[in-house]
Parts: sequence; C-alpha cells; structure tokens
Amino acid sequence: MTGYVIRRLLTGILILVLLSMVTFLLFNALPTDPAALTCGKSCTPQVIEANRVRLGLDLPLWQQYLEFVKGLFLGRTYGSGSQTFTCDAPALGYSFRRGECVTPLILGVLPVTIYLAVGAFILWMISGVLLGIYAALRRGRWQEKATLGAALVGYSFPSFFIGLLLLFFVVIKWQLLPYPDYVPPQDDPVQFLQTMILPWITLALVFAAFYIRLTRNQMLETLGEDYIRTARAKGLPERTVIRKHGLRAGLTPIVTAAGLDLAGLLGGAIIVESVFTLPGLGRLAINSVLDADLPVITGTVLVAGFFIVVANIIVDLLYAVIDPRVRLT
Amino acid sequence: MSLDTADASAASPAAASTEDTFAGISLRRLAWRRLKRDKGAMIAMGVLILVFVTALLAPLIVSVLGLSPYDFDNSALDPALGSLPAGSWGGVSADHPLGVEPLTGRDLLARLLYGARVSMFIALTAVTLIAIIGTVVGIVAGYKSGWVDTIIGRSTDLLLAFPFILMLIALSPVLTQRLEALGLSPENARIIYLVIVFAFFGWPYLARLIRGQVLSLREREFVEAAVASGAPTRRILFKEILPNLWAPIIVYVTISLPTLIAAEAALSYLGVGVIEPTPSWGKMLADSVRYFAVVPTYLFIPGTALFVVVYAFNVFGDAVRDALDPRTGRNLR
Repeated sequence: MTGYVIRRLLTGILILVLLSMVTFLLFNALPTDPAALTCGKSCTPQVIEANRVRLGLDLPLWQQYLEFVKGLFLGRTYGSGSQTFTCDAPALGYSFRRGECVTPLILGVLPVTIYLAVGAFILWMISGVLLGIYAALRRGRWQEKATLGAALVGYSFPSFFIGLLLLFFVVIKWQLLPYPDYVPPQDDPVQFLQTMILPWITLALVFAAFYIRLTRNQMLETLGEDYIRTARAKGLPERTVIRKHGLRAGLTPIVTAAGLDLAGLLGGAIIVESVFTLPGLGRLAINSVLDADLPVITGTVLVAGFFIVVANIIVDLLYAVIDPRVRLT
Repeated sequence: MSLDTADASAASPAAASTEDTFAGISLRRLAWRRLKRDKGAMIAMGVLILVFVTALLAPLIVSVLGLSPYDFDNSALDPALGSLPAGSWGGVSADHPLGVEPLTGRDLLARLLYGARVSMFIALTAVTLIAIIGTVVGIVAGYKSGWVDTIIGRSTDLLLAFPFILMLIALSPVLTQRLEALGLSPENARIIYLVIVFAFFGWPYLARLIRGQVLSLREREFVEAAVASGAPTRRILFKEILPNLWAPIIVYVTISLPTLIAAEAALSYLGVGVIEPTPSWGKMLADSVRYFAVVPTYLFIPGTALFVVVYAFNVFGDAVRDALDPRTGRNLR
C-alpha cells in the first residue's frame, strides 16, 4: 500500500511539473509581447523596456521558468532599487494590469468558487445518488422510467440555458428572489443564500442527472452479482443488502466521477459564474483573457490544473481504500 | 471467437447468444434491428435528420422564404421602444415567422437555421478528428505497449489535467490571431479554432477507451493467428483489430456530439466562440441576455433549439449504445 501511495504521489508531482512547464511556455512563448501588455495605449518603448527588465521578461525563457518556480516556493521580488514590489510565496506572478500579485488575487476570489462548487456538490450528490438507487430498486416500473426520463432531460439542458431560464422565471418574471449580487456569507448570510441558491440549483440539476444514470447503472450491475443473491439468501434485511453490499461495490466509479467533477468546478465554474455574475475564479479567468492579462491567465490555469491533479490522486487513493484489489497494480 | 474478423460485419457471438433468433446476423444489422424497435430512438433520429437537412439546405430555405440572416430590417423595429422588435412575441409577423433581433431587426428564423449550420459543422468536424486521432493513438498504444504506451499514457494524463474550458478560453485570442495570419477571415478563424481545440483536448478520452479494449483484444487467438501467419503490424492493427472497435467508437461519437454542440454554444455564449456576423445558437443566447426581461422569446428560441437537438442526440446515443452493447441495455431482461 505504501509503495502504491508513493508511486501515485510521484506521478502526480510529475504531471504538475509538466503542467506548469507547458502552461508557462504556452503563454509566455506566444507572439504577443508580455512586456507590451503591461501598460496601456499611452506607453512609450522606454516604459515597456523598463517593465521587461523589472518583470524579468528579458531573461531567456528557461530562466524565466526557473524564476517562476523559485517564486512559487520562496516568493519573488520584482525590480531593483526604490521601485521594487514583492509577492510572497507561493508567488504566481505579478499582474501589471491590476497592480497586484496574482496569488492574493486568486485567493481573494477562490472562496466564491469554493462555496459555489461545494454547495452544488452536496445538493447533486445527495439527490443524484438517492434517485439513482431509487430508480434501480424500481426497475422496470414507471418510477424508473420517469426518473431516468427526467434525468435525460436535465442532462440535455446546457448549464447556461438552465441558469438563464431560472434567472428569467424566478428573478425577473415571478420576482421570488432579488437579482444576484454576491456578498460574503459573514457580511450578510441572507443575501449570500439568496444569491447562491440559483447557481447551486443550476449546477446540481446539470450534474444530478448524470449521477442518477451512473448510480442506477452501477446498482443494477452489482445487484445482479452472485454475492448479493447470497446475502439475500442468508436472510439479511434488504436495507443491509443494498447499503453494505450493493452500494459499496458500486461506489468506485461514482467516487471517481465525483472527485473529478468537484475538482473541475473548483477550477472555476466559468459558465455559471458568468450567468449569475459571481466574482469567482472562472470570472477572473474570463476577464483576464479579455484583458490579455497573461500572469493571471497562467495563474488560474495552474490553480485549476492543480485541483484536477490533486483530485485524481485522492480518487486513486480512495479507490485503494474502497477496493483492495487496486493496490496490487 | 470467430477467426474471420477481417470483415467489419463479422458475427458477434456475444450478441448472438443473447438473441438466438438472430444468430448469424452481422452486428451491424443486429444493432439496426434493435434500434428500429426503439420508438424514442426513431423519433430522435427523425428530429436529427430534419435538423441536419434544414441546416444543410439553410441558404435555400431562407431564400425561398425571402429571409436573410444578415440583413438589417428597421421596419420590424419600434423606435419608440428603443429599437425593440415591433409587435408582440418579439416581432413575429408574416415577414419574420420567429420575430427579429432587437436593435438590428435581423430575422431570427434565418439566424437560427444558419446557426444550426455552424454548430453542426463544428461538432461533426471535431468529432471526426477526435475519432481518427483517438482511435489511431489508442490502437497503437494498446498494441505496442512498452515505452510507446508509456509516453502516450503520460501525455494523455497531462492533457486530461488541463482545465479544458479555461484553456479553450485562454488560448482563443492568440490562436485565432495565428489562424487569421494564415489568411482566414476572422469569422472562419474562430470556427476553425473551435474545431482544433475540441479535437486537441477531446481525443485523449477516446484513446484511453480504445487502448483498454486493444489490451484485451491483442491477446485473442485471431491476432495471434495473424501474427503467426506473418501479417504486417499495420494490417493487424487496422484490418484485424480495428473492426472489433467499431462499437465503442460509434458509441463514443454519438455521446460526444451533443457535448460538443453544447460546448460550442457555451463558448460562443462566453464571447470566445463564433463572432459577428456569423450566427450560432450559443451566440444568439448570449445576445439575448441583455433583452430577456423585455423580449423573452429571443432567449427561448435558440435555447429550445439547442435543448431539442442535444436531447435528441442523447436519446439516440443511449439507444445506439443499448443496441450495440446488449449487456448494459435498458431493455435487457
């Protein structure tokens, strides 16, 4: 088991290093001059050159990458003399456009995305898995058909269309909720909930549909196994059969999907954040693309990729806990 | 297992054993028979063919109806309302069966039909590329194993670690510039860009799937027989193994198409997809947002179209999967 964990962690780190290299190269070896993007239209060549030196953009690319990695661990100071500014570790860079270090910028918007992702995750996991089990237990009856039919409909709605529909009916037409305006929960819990409820429902609807189908298929597959028949035959109550034997064996693909979906959302639920104008990681990413703010783009891509890689590792380790056979490989 | 698998329509014993009446019939014909019995799937297929044909014939239909997706029509707008569509239901009239776009008066039906062309073109081209790259890479990785497999495996891992939508958005300004430098018009550059990135980030999933299948296929007797009879590797890969992979490839393609159509719409909605004056359903939705409090039909028309097509693809895709792989079928038992 220890060997497996270590190997898995090492592969994860390797992927992270490669990811950072590719991302860095992709966005810094582009035809656009990152130094020219540091100031507006009234820029003189002198200012651009000064900024190039201050940001270390005059160095060869590999050296820039090393500086970037060093900054991740030790923090980074730009410029020299009186005009210096420091970004604390883990420094992802400095955004001239916003006059801020990238890391605090990302940390500032991250809570919004975390609230959004985790709230929706709880909603869709509970509803999706429960409805999936329900559909499996009512196999061949109208309840199963209705649940699966509804799931397929939900699955076919693009998330931004659901979001826009909810916004149109709930907020504009029926005026059940005020127009979404994000505030942190500690400032105004009521307004926070009023803002978040529709985004949560939107994401939950989209994802629950997938989990209903997945859970139902998994349950049907495991409930057809011989050991389930054995469990029933030895007189275990149906509840125990479903929970202890059926669910556990069918759990692995659900855990995988759940981990990866949650990680994907933590990297920025771009579409839902745009529909409901939530100031999260996705909005930051979109805005920095529209502003051509390279350090912020690189930073958000790296943070999002980090979540995906970490989730992959956690999922694989959970696998080994749920299903001991995995450890052999 | 039959040794004669060189033919794509070789009998599948797995399928035959579940339905004895059709024993000896090719998998393709068997799947088609199962599909034909599924009413929902047939309706979905009808809808898809209809959408496909109208998209293909959009210029003809639009000109027969005397419409145009690009022409401004001030007479359909009401200046007193700040150039919102005149009349009820978003400006529905004999001239404009589905109403007009606010501010410009461009015909919505014409834009909807032209938008379908764009969405379908992007999704179909991207899925073709994904199928080709994913299959070739998957077969080679699965069959060759060793360092080839390791390199391919690691690079798919790496590609899968990229936050897909974020990368699409982040790369769009630069790559579209590059494409424009190659002589493409800005609208076409965006369309080609979407095809390229969808294909680039889409193939690893299929490659993984195919690799897994090939790992077990290459241990089978018919491959051994081919190797023993001295068949070149290329022949083994594409004449012996590939025909056994049609089912997973077709299933993957049918479930990818709706995802790609929705993704195109989402990106156009976010403002990094298709640009003016090209219509696309996602872009129409994005444009409608500013008006949806006053002209809700503008939101519902492209949204409903998008939903219907994606839903039809999903219903059809489910049915195809059931027909090709009876073990996971809904209609089993």
